Amino acid sequence: MNNDNVPWVALVGNPNSGKTAIFNLLTGMNQKVSNYPGITVEKKLGTGQFNDGTVYHLLDFPGTYSLTPESFDERIVAEQVLQWIHGNNPPAVIVSVVDATNLSRNLYLTTQLLDLGIPIVIALNMMDLLDKTEIIDPSSLKKWLGAVAVVPMSALKKSGLNKIKDQIRARILTQTVNNDIFPLEVTKPLETILMPITSLLFTKLGYTPRFAAAQALRIITRKSTLELYNRAIQEEQNIDSKTLNKLEDLRTVAIQEIEKEKLKPSSLEAMLRYKWLDTNLAQYRRDQTNKIRKIHTSEKIDQILTHRWLGPGIFIGLLYFIFQSIFNFASIPMYWIEAGVNWLGKGAVTLVPESYFRDLLIDGIIAGLGAILIFLPQIVILMFFLTLLEDSGYMARVAFMLDRGMSKIGLHGRSVLPLMSGYACAIPGIMSTRTIDNWKERLITMLILPLMSCSARLPVYALMIGAFIPPITVGYIFGLQGLMMVVMYFIGTVTALILAKLFSLWIKSEGKSSFVMEMPPYRLPIFRSVFRQVFIRAKLFLFNAGKIIMAISIILWFLASFPKTDNRGEQMTIHNSFAGKIGHTIEPLIQPLGFDWKVGIALITSFAAREVVVSTMATIYNVENTSDDMVQLSDAMKNDVNPSTGLPVFTPLVAVSLMVFYVYAAQCMATFAIIRRETNTWKWPLFMIVYMNILAYLVSFLVYQGGLWLGFS
Amino acid sequence: MTVGDLQQGDTAVVKSFLSGLDTQSRFLEMGILPGVELRLVKIAPLGGTIELKVRNYYVSIRQQDALNIVIENRIQH
Repeated sequence: MNNDNVPWVALVGNPNSGKTAIFNLLTGMNQKVSNYPGITVEKKLGTGQFNDGTVYHLLDFPGTYSLTPESFDERIVAEQVLQWIHGNNPPAVIVSVVDATNLSRNLYLTTQLLDLGIPIVIALNMMDLLDKTEIIDPSSLKKWLGAVAVVPMSALKKSGLNKIKDQIRARILTQTVNNDIFPLEVTKPLETILMPITSLLFTKLGYTPRFAAAQALRIITRKSTLELYNRAIQEEQNIDSKTLNKLEDLRTVAIQEIEKEKLKPSSLEAMLRYKWLDTNLAQYRRDQTNKIRKIHTSEKIDQILTHRWLGPGIFIGLLYFIFQSIFNFASIPMYWIEAGVNWLGKGAVTLVPESYFRDLLIDGIIAGLGAILIFLPQIVILMFFLTLLEDSGYMARVAFMLDRGMSKIGLHGRSVLPLMSGYACAIPGIMSTRTIDNWKERLITMLILPLMSCSARLPVYALMIGAFIPPITVGYIFGLQGLMMVVMYFIGTVTALILAKLFSLWIKSEGKSSFVMEMPPYRLPIFRSVFRQVFIRAKLFLFNAGKIIMAISIILWFLASFPKTDNRGEQMTIHNSFAGKIGHTIEPLIQPLGFDWKVGIALITSFAAREVVVSTMATIYNVENTSDDMVQLSDAMKNDVNPSTGLPVFTPLVAVSLMVFYVYAAQCMATFAIIRRETNTWKWPLFMIVYMNILAYLVSFLVYQGGLWLGFS
Repeated sequence: MTVGDLQQGDTAVVKSFLSGLDTQSRFLEMGILPGVELRLVKIAPLGGTIELKVRNYYVSIRQQDALNIVIENRIQH
């Protein structure tokens, strides 16, 4: 990363300390900011500019409470820090982001960073949210912490940023490091016990006295600290297995001696560090008791939002509201897009001379892209609401409320956010399962996540419902179309939860499950940031989907249009085209589900990505239609008649069967590629492809055959 | 007495952890350790988890872990 000789800066802090917001302000990048602990699950890189015009790289690390490796994303930070100590591309400066309203807990990590001997700039964030009874004097803080720079700031008010940049710049230029004395008060007997480890780290590994002392304490506290060295050896750092074995032996001896002193080895570092911090911080705080008794505004809001009866009701109501709005608010922009695409198609007919190219342009590209573009408003609305729930801090409450239910079926309170992100797209959802510490719970969350109906299914549902489900009102307030949509999301979700339980009985457990989650204060989402995020996600959807759709539309147009004539030179129809032959070949297999050969082609193309089904159908109908005008997909489907029976190809029952098939079928290559990456084996993605497709076929079969038997058509 | 015995609104001081506590190291790094005061904010609507206020932040933990946090100086709401 540092090949270009540009200095790089690490951004480290507690979850929810405002790290990502500062990253965005410093780099101007559209990194996702969320009010949900642990949202930065991977390192993010950006580039910023100092006030004198020189540039630097900024790396945003996952939020962590300490350098002791506990969860998966904390291990990322701890591992990285160990690499720096061993001289592997350390940052020029670490910016330690501190939430000023929670000084002691945030400074715990900061003091661990101060031990490293890397220049530190402390960004004292959220100064604007500080209690009036609390006065933090940055200069006194700087003095007893032994830090070189403490900068009060507010990411929300955008104040103090220039000072941060100036301080980073100054540290890069001078490489000033804080003092080298380990500040914690270690008693004489304890110091004697730790001495063998400290001196080994000092002599063999060349650690500074301060870091050697800190690391000795951490090695005692958690065995996982030593396990990090195992990876370091594999990556050929300058530590050999002999030293490591020696450290392990010394640890065992030291622990026995510490227990003789009536101390708890496992809580040693935290006890000493917090004692030191709390003693020093007492000067800023009037009364500790008042702090825990004080009722924060968020707690008042929670008296309603996580109320015993109202809480779950509000959650269900919110979900219902979101899915209804998808239908209600999207209809007008959808009408505009439809009109726009038609206008474009008509324009192409008059402008481009008749040729194969014009056929390709109108029947392949415009029809294909238009068919997907029309669903953008609905996708944007869904993403808007999900972002809002996440940024406001509400999702953490959902995890709190649902942890019990979730853990009963083998999941975790933290599974809720990934699963709900799955309503937008499975891929970010799978990425965010990294905040779940327990492997079994994380794996099960990933296995069922693609059953959450993602935004790529939305076009399928919207097309089928719009064309075949009448817009009537049932039970006075429920629109049948909206209700049908909710049903599709509902059956996917319920099946996912049932399967989670089944998988949890079958998959072996490694380690214990635990739930400790900070409830962030409610914050009014910054609308600019929400809109920007929605815009980025929508753009990604359009471009990624657009690329695949464009490619498939072109291939499909070719397969559907050729051969144009048979070997006797007679005009051929789409039935005899390459695509038609493929569709007709698999028709017997899918006929029991109510699908004809055209749907068969769509099922094959949607293996790359679900949303392709709509553009596939659009291309097929446009190729079939011999006139110059573009056909409206939903009209074409409604009017399509099976030539041998004279009955409509699509009926409400077929529409429902098709939707159900799309609820369950494994059709998104990208999802399985990500799961391969996250589980490090093809076993799980292959398992998912098999179970999902069997499920899709079976349920569709039951819906269609059962529907026929009950007398529906 | 443990955190599991607290009623909504009660405050108490953490005395020690019982050996069955799996989340001890996470509690420690978040500053939930002997000598620290806490308040039981609420029990989750469906049970299973509780919300505490510690230092100046809110945190939710599982009830089974709450049973392993020994407390003293309980003040009833």
